[in-house]
Amino acid sequence: MTLEVQIEKKLADFTLDVAFRATETPLSILGASGAGKSMLLRCIAGLERPGRGRITLNDRILFDWSQRVGIPARERRIGMLFQHYALFPHRTVAQNIAFGLHDLPHDEQSARTASVVSRTHLAGLERRYPRELSGGEQQRTALARALAIQPEALLLDEPLSALDTHLRGQVEAQLQETFATFRRPALLVTHNMEEAYRLGEQLLVLARGRVAAFGPKEEIFRHPPSSEVARLTGCKNISRAQPNPDGTLQALDWNCQLRPTHQPAAATKYIGIRAHHIDFLETAAEQAGEPNIFPSWIVRTSETPFRITLFLSLDPARAAAGEPHLQAEVFKEKWERFRDRPQPWRVRLAPESLFAMPD
Amino acid sequence: MDWSPLLISLATSLAATAVTLVAGLAAAAWRQNRAGAGAALIDGIFILPLVLPPTVVGFLLLLLFGRNGPLGKLLLQFGTTVVFSWPATVIAATVVSFPLMYITARAALEQVDPHLLQAARTLGASEVRIFREVALPLAWPGVLAGTILSFARALGEFGATLMLAGNIPGKTETIPIAIYFAVEANEIQRAMVWCAVDVSISIVLLGGLYYWTHAQRLRRERWGQH
Repeated sequence: MTLEVQIEKKLADFTLDVAFRATETPLSILGASGAGKSMLLRCIAGLERPGRGRITLNDRILFDWSQRVGIPARERRIGMLFQHYALFPHRTVAQNIAFGLHDLPHDEQSARTASVVSRTHLAGLERRYPRELSGGEQQRTALARALAIQPEALLLDEPLSALDTHLRGQVEAQLQETFATFRRPALLVTHNMEEAYRLGEQLLVLARGRVAAFGPKEEIFRHPPSSEVARLTGCKNISRAQPNPDGTLQALDWNCQLRPTHQPAAATKYIGIRAHHIDFLETAAEQAGEPNIFPSWIVRTSETPFRITLFLSLDPARAAAGEPHLQAEVFKEKWERFRDRPQPWRVRLAPESLFAMPD
Repeated sequence: MDWSPLLISLATSLAATAVTLVAGLAAAAWRQNRAGAGAALIDGIFILPLVLPPTVVGFLLLLLFGRNGPLGKLLLQFGTTVVFSWPATVIAATVVSFPLMYITARAALEQVDPHLLQAARTLGASEVRIFREVALPLAWPGVLAGTILSFARALGEFGATLMLAGNIPGKTETIPIAIYFAVEANEIQRAMVWCAVDVSISIVLLGGLYYWTHAQRLRRERWGQH
């Protein structure tokens, strides 16, 4: 079960130029809005025609520019979940699900519909119209409709973006359950990095139509290959950097010298650390003699229900001018323990948490 | 009193509306997903009968179907002619009512969410099935409104009909033509009766249209479309 995609398509501001291969593990496609994510899915589904390239699903050629092959969407057997679900408003849940089963005998249509209804927990809602359903139920109906045709691949376009926050967890669980049994290529497009991480095994980061990173998600989050990917995967602290001959790095934007775990590559241009990896040392003796410990002054804070973001400056003059160098994120319990202590606070940028990037 | 103009008017309008419904839908469906100068030009031609004076439409039809016209010659080879016959009333009414059908059907089809059509495509449906089972049911209120407007327009047709079909009592004399010739012959009472009939039919049609679109709006709200 393999979906292989290698396509080019000219868009208004840039060219979508993407190559990747998806197997049984779900693949998250992460990118800012307008990065070409939806267009990529639409090309795979056959709703848009790529400028050139090749798309194969298992041993079927869906599109081949050089051979002038372009299988129409209706023959691709690819299930697609649209951002706003695109349920047929004049058809009930059961009629929506059975829409793609038109050519099957009547009893098989009912059997298949019943099977996906139970798998997507829609029992009892079969006779409702889409507008009589909650957002989560509409989403499950759209998923059931796509699964009913027993597709060879599944494409999901921002499946959670139209839902209220409190419904997302529930729908995510449904999607995870679906992926676990689907065992065929499943692509999920999102601009939310946490969603991308939770739902995908593999991750593809798309930036202005190009693949900025592609691989196992842990790998990409632990060590983003570029500052662009670091930013797209939620890294708040990125500085221009210059390697020193002694194996340390000069962080130009933070105005400090850092020691990473490994000798940094000569091509290193950026250094980054995630906000929750910044350590606050609570006693003076703690970690004495360790590298990358700096005094810091607080510029401002921003609270969420359980965590607090601290905007820090590594020199008092800049702190006074209101210009932070770093963002750190800590749980409020920890924050309560040191918030009243005199500044500067000592922060530690642990070498194992730092990542150097060539561009 | 001779009631044949009522029957002729109804028969003509029904026949013209039936032709216009099929042709208007086909033209609107064809026009979807097409852009460019060629399509715009065809749009103009389709809508032309709405803006031209009916006498111009009638005159052009006469040129087309007359003894020396291209279609007239063709029909003559089959030993028939339409000028000054009942089919001529249908042709005239069809041509003048077609733009209303085309415009409303096109607007109604354009309002159908394209994602629904795309979803249907990924579910394996043919374009014909998508039109029949997705686009048409959702565009139906607009299509029906266009049908009623076309019928009303066909019923009121006068100028083009007179030029192409003339005034042959019992054959091509529709209500509007009967009114014109009654007034000309100073039969004021007969003219008033036909006026009353025409106004009644129109009120029933337009009232029905209003009532029906209102009911449709309620139904659409149930579907969650606005």
